[in-house]
Amino acid sequence: MRSSKVKSKPPQAQDTENSKDVTLELRLYVAGQTPKSLIALKNLKKICEEHLQGRYRLHVIDLVKTPQLAQDDQILAIPTLVRNLPQPIRKIIGDLSDTQRVLVGLDVRSQAK
Amino acid sequence: MARASKRTKTVAASRAFPELKKSRSGIAGFDEITGGGLPAGRPTILCGGPGCGKTMFAMEFLIRGATEFGEPGVLMTFEETGEEMSRNVESLGFNLQSLADKKKLFLDYVRIEPSEIQETGEYDLEGLFVRLQHAVESVGAKRVVLDTVEAIFSGFGNSGMLRAEIRRLFRWLKDRGLTTVITAERGEGTLTRYGLEEYVSDCVVSLDHRVNDQISTRRMRIVKYRGSSHGTDEYPFLIGKKGFSVLPLSSIRLDHKVSKDRISSGIKDLDTMLEGRGFFKGSSILVSGTSGSGKSTLAAHFANETCRSGKRALYIAFEESSAQVTRNMRSVGINLDQYIQKGVLKFRAWRPTQHGLESHLLRIHDLVDELHPQVVIVDPITNLISANLTEVHAMLMRLLDFLKDRQITAMFTTLTANRGAEEQTEVGISSLTDTWILLRDLELNGERNRCLYVLKSRGMAHSNQIREFVLSRTGVHLLPAYVGSGTVYTGSARLAQEAREKAEAVREQQQLEEKRKEFSLRRSVLESQIAALRSELSSGESEFARLTRQRSERQQRLALDREEMGKIRGVTRDNQGVNS
Repeated sequence: MRSSKVKSKPPQAQDTENSKDVTLELRLYVAGQTPKSLIALKNLKKICEEHLQGRYRLHVIDLVKTPQLAQDDQILAIPTLVRNLPQPIRKIIGDLSDTQRVLVGLDVRSQAK
Repeated sequence: MARASKRTKTVAASRAFPELKKSRSGIAGFDEITGGGLPAGRPTILCGGPGCGKTMFAMEFLIRGATEFGEPGVLMTFEETGEEMSRNVESLGFNLQSLADKKKLFLDYVRIEPSEIQETGEYDLEGLFVRLQHAVESVGAKRVVLDTVEAIFSGFGNSGMLRAEIRRLFRWLKDRGLTTVITAERGEGTLTRYGLEEYVSDCVVSLDHRVNDQISTRRMRIVKYRGSSHGTDEYPFLIGKKGFSVLPLSSIRLDHKVSKDRISSGIKDLDTMLEGRGFFKGSSILVSGTSGSGKSTLAAHFANETCRSGKRALYIAFEESSAQVTRNMRSVGINLDQYIQKGVLKFRAWRPTQHGLESHLLRIHDLVDELHPQVVIVDPITNLISANLTEVHAMLMRLLDFLKDRQITAMFTTLTANRGAEEQTEVGISSLTDTWILLRDLELNGERNRCLYVLKSRGMAHSNQIREFVLSRTGVHLLPAYVGSGTVYTGSARLAQEAREKAEAVREQQQLEEKRKEFSLRRSVLESQIAALRSELSSGESEFARLTRQRSERQQRLALDREEMGKIRGVTRDNQGVNS
């Protein structure tokens, strides 16, 4: 599952694995168009534009449509933001209203400076 | 579906108030105490401390449902991965993976790793619902197990949200008519650590694992079962080779079949005391006695006879090893080895302290299921009594019920203390048994002798005699009852008594002889006396005759003399008359 995502990544990511130029592979798990999900998506888009310009790839996964992924990716809370790359996997749950915590969670805080 | 509705209809037709629908768990014993299983379509909380068997119960509920009742299930674990779970139940002969492959079971392991998760703002557990929904739909599940759902409390910080979600979860399960088992850890002073029982009001089952005198016992109690009657006691349960079993397996019912067939005790004389035909088949026999009174020998006779007549016997020895028993029994002419080799006699010896009572019971169950014996001998049950008496009583009752249910004749031996009433068995199981043979030692004149009597034997006119029994090289023999007057004599006292009686008879004979002689002597004496008297009498008579003769002679002479005198004096007779 995850390996397919790695493939989609441009080769430069592998060269500079620990560098800050690594593209973030993000997934936002939602379950239908709930208010929380919509808020989370809005917040996330804002954070990405402000702090991760051009260095991220975002997939929004609606578990109502693909419930199997909830089990495969160990999703329990909704909404959940998962950083699949770079490793290790990180999970941020909630509506992502606290930008600082989101950045800490994604380990990209330094980029904001 | 169609089947289910048909069942509902028949139930409704037979009762004005249809009973709560129940979902059979398939767990041995559990369906009996709950009158049919868990509440169908409702959640049940299964709570207990660590290691008390919650998961095992839940797993078996699920697996039996999938394999025996055609109800697919979903297993959602929060603590163990599916793989670990599979391995755990593999030892019980369940293959989770193959069930999952056949779409009878859906396994989902929910991994919660608090260190991986960052909370930012509001969230809910919709993911859990999505997963459950997906799982239920993909196998068409009727049963769900959540093991242990409380784990989410350690994974997420917002407990207010969690409680709301749990409430929603239970509602969700109920709405979909899923028979659910939710396991929960016992809390301090509460049934569950996070108070889950507040949300589930249908059925709460509590499991417990406690240690008494170094022996552990597992227990189950149905704390609540809304809308249904249920056993309220604590029931011991076991996790054995074949899974979970709650005992009483059958002690709720009291309706075993009875047989009129008889089975010989192996001792002819004893059979004679029991209407000449022995015990009833499927009955229970208690042999009690003091130590060394011959209980095991009696049991061995029974085993021997059973095997000789082509039946199978199971001999459970708690005191001696099988080799020891067979060796000892050879000394009374019983060769058990031949039957062991033929496989008709199975010996199992283990220490009573080796397990808890329930494990003993389960082991016997398993053995009986494996060997299908017609006779089971437990020698002795006394040593089980290290535990609580009421527990032993309950355990033996279950064992007896189980054996009776299968028409197996059971013989138990029990040791009675030398002092105290012998009619009182320590476990008080005498009331449970059908036939009670009491062996006792009579101590008299410097020796002990064995006596046997049948204290009771339900359903037959048994002998009321106390019989002496003797262990010889050719087995047990009962001596004929002593029918003389006075008390019962045994052993040498008996011999002495018999000798004494013989001597008495001889003496009497001699006395009679003497008397006879004495009398004849006396008779001769008397006879001689009579002869003497007679001769005396006759001599008296002749004397008297002589005197009479003398007197008449003298009178004649006197008359002559007087006449001559008158002639001389010349006096006429007339003058003479006037003068005088």
